[in-house]
Amino acid sequence: MQPLLEINRLTMDFGGLRAVDNIDFNIYSKEIVALIGPNGAGKTTFFNCVTGMYKPTGGDIFVHMDDKNKKRVNGLKPNKVTELGLARTFQNIRLFKGMTVLENVMIGRHCRTHANIFSALMRNKRIVREEFESASYSYHILERVGLENFANEIAENLPYGAQRRLEIARALATEPKFLLLDEPAAGLNPQETDNLIDIIKMLRDEENISVLLIEHDMGMVMKISERITVMDYGKKIAEGLPGEIKENPEVIKAYLGEDIDA
Amino acid sequence: MFSEIKKSVLVSVWFMFLTFPIMVIKVNTIENTIIWRWENLVLIGVGSFFLSFLWRFMHNKKATKRRQDYKDALSKLFYDNLIENKKVFIPIVAALIIFILLFPKLFSTYQVTIMTTALIYVVLGLGLNVVVGFAGLLDLGYVAFYAVGAYTYALLNFSYDISFWIALPLAGILGALAGILLGFPVLRLRGDYLAIVTLGFGEIIRLVLENWGEFTHGPSGVAGIDRPNFGFDLSIVGSINAIYYFVFFFVLVTIFFTNRLQNSRIGRAWVALREDEIACQAMGVDKTKTKLSAFAFGATWAGFMGAVFAAKTTFINPASFTFLESAIILSIVVLGGMGSIPGVILGALILILLPEYLRAFSEYRMLIFGGSMVLMMVFRPQGLIKSKRRQYNLESMSKKELEERQNAASS
Repeated sequence: MQPLLEINRLTMDFGGLRAVDNIDFNIYSKEIVALIGPNGAGKTTFFNCVTGMYKPTGGDIFVHMDDKNKKRVNGLKPNKVTELGLARTFQNIRLFKGMTVLENVMIGRHCRTHANIFSALMRNKRIVREEFESASYSYHILERVGLENFANEIAENLPYGAQRRLEIARALATEPKFLLLDEPAAGLNPQETDNLIDIIKMLRDEENISVLLIEHDMGMVMKISERITVMDYGKKIAEGLPGEIKENPEVIKAYLGEDIDA
Repeated sequence: MFSEIKKSVLVSVWFMFLTFPIMVIKVNTIENTIIWRWENLVLIGVGSFFLSFLWRFMHNKKATKRRQDYKDALSKLFYDNLIENKKVFIPIVAALIIFILLFPKLFSTYQVTIMTTALIYVVLGLGLNVVVGFAGLLDLGYVAFYAVGAYTYALLNFSYDISFWIALPLAGILGALAGILLGFPVLRLRGDYLAIVTLGFGEIIRLVLENWGEFTHGPSGVAGIDRPNFGFDLSIVGSINAIYYFVFFFVLVTIFFTNRLQNSRIGRAWVALREDEIACQAMGVDKTKTKLSAFAFGATWAGFMGAVFAAKTTFINPASFTFLESAIILSIVVLGGMGSIPGVILGALILILLPEYLRAFSEYRMLIFGGSMVLMMVFRPQGLIKSKRRQYNLESMSKKELEERQNAASS
């Protein structure tokens, strides 16, 4: 089967430090994949390379548009990457704090709408419709993640868990094929985490979105992901089903350190 | 309460100590005697005690919850009623427009000239508000675009005798181009760094105007610029009134356009850029385009107003386009409320008209002006009228979805 996202020998150097080292990675359609590893393993750097925040120093990233077409993503600007269908959230929540919840999501519609400065000034019928559609589309996304009651609130005033969900909603508004979630469950209580798991599963089942997530909450990772990739010191040290990863000695070593007696 | 009094007492003692040499001791150099003016010491002690106490009291009140409720209620009363309740808002605006239209009939030409200046600054403030208030790009060289507009009309008129009406759009376009020209090198910069570069840009334009003698006529400026031709012969007074009306019309156009943009795809992208540049890009907003469009759109209004300014004064020289002008326009935006259109209008009128009408207290006017700015920033840092985000009508959206579902079900 052909992967939707194909990453070959991705490498990222910061001066003498190799943060991501020759990573191969494929994501297939309708898949939930987790990327785990100890702190500083290079997971977020990997994310930043894929989403265009950094320009990788080596390797290739391809998005398969259909069976024949594939587009090279390396070195594209983040907004172009988003247009190709890769949307992300951030480890430390980065909402547009002063804007309303609905407006936050509407920013996600930016790359799917077309009004320019002149047509926005003229505000003809097409633009009025586009505006309404982008607002109602965003509102429906809010309904999906359960934030519709907050739509006109200022984003900053939302409780923490809701802010996390809003980040996902905002990413969804860009109509992604892949959702890259950077520690979506960080700081959530168990109930909120369960709620998040439901949302992610719903996105996969109903919207056909593939999800790649970085997460430290192992309970959640084991519950949700179909495949797990483990990184340490920039290298991929293991890949497999959740059950396999749990037993993998390399992974245990990376997390717990080497057993001296052994 | 007791600790407050103690702190205020300390402040007053400190002030008494500081001012002791100048306020109490007076040496009579002729008779070689010292006059001790103890009554001054008491006055300063009591005065500074009360001022300090008042200051602390206001500060505490600001911090407490009750104050917050009170403030919310107040802002509801003023703002929501004023801006959002159409029954109150429309009559007020109508009355204001009628007043402004009748202004030249009611007051002297001198007053009309001052009012025209104030209205020019309203447009400038609204233009800078796009750059600073919406897009969050701190621009300290805004006056450069104003200068570009003014010299466009002045030089075209001087050399080629081109009329105001042709030069006006050209001034706007050249202003926008200058905005893009400034925008390119500063795409990667933010905050303080951006402020320094824009400050430099403003100074470069002024220095070019001052030193490129053959082209710009140097520090002596361009004189004898034609007033705009309004299609019929006007006396000087008539022409001043006509310019006044024209500027007022321009204010309305600017309000209309900036208000439209504010809640459009572009305007939202500007605000998002201000809130978080990285997230903004990750959500698919083209940073380059968005920043350049903010600079260009903001600069266009300055270009237009430059041409109007040249036509109004009939004489311009580089001294009109110093950093102080940029600072005043920026103060208008900050004082009025960043990102708030009614705020900026109010800010411009206050900042331009207040010093004019305070001429009666000529020696103290700058003191009052500065003092009121300091107080404003301490007690209302968000500006006179806080910017407010648009509230969407959610019912219509759920309703539409319902209809769609019904349509889908029936078809």
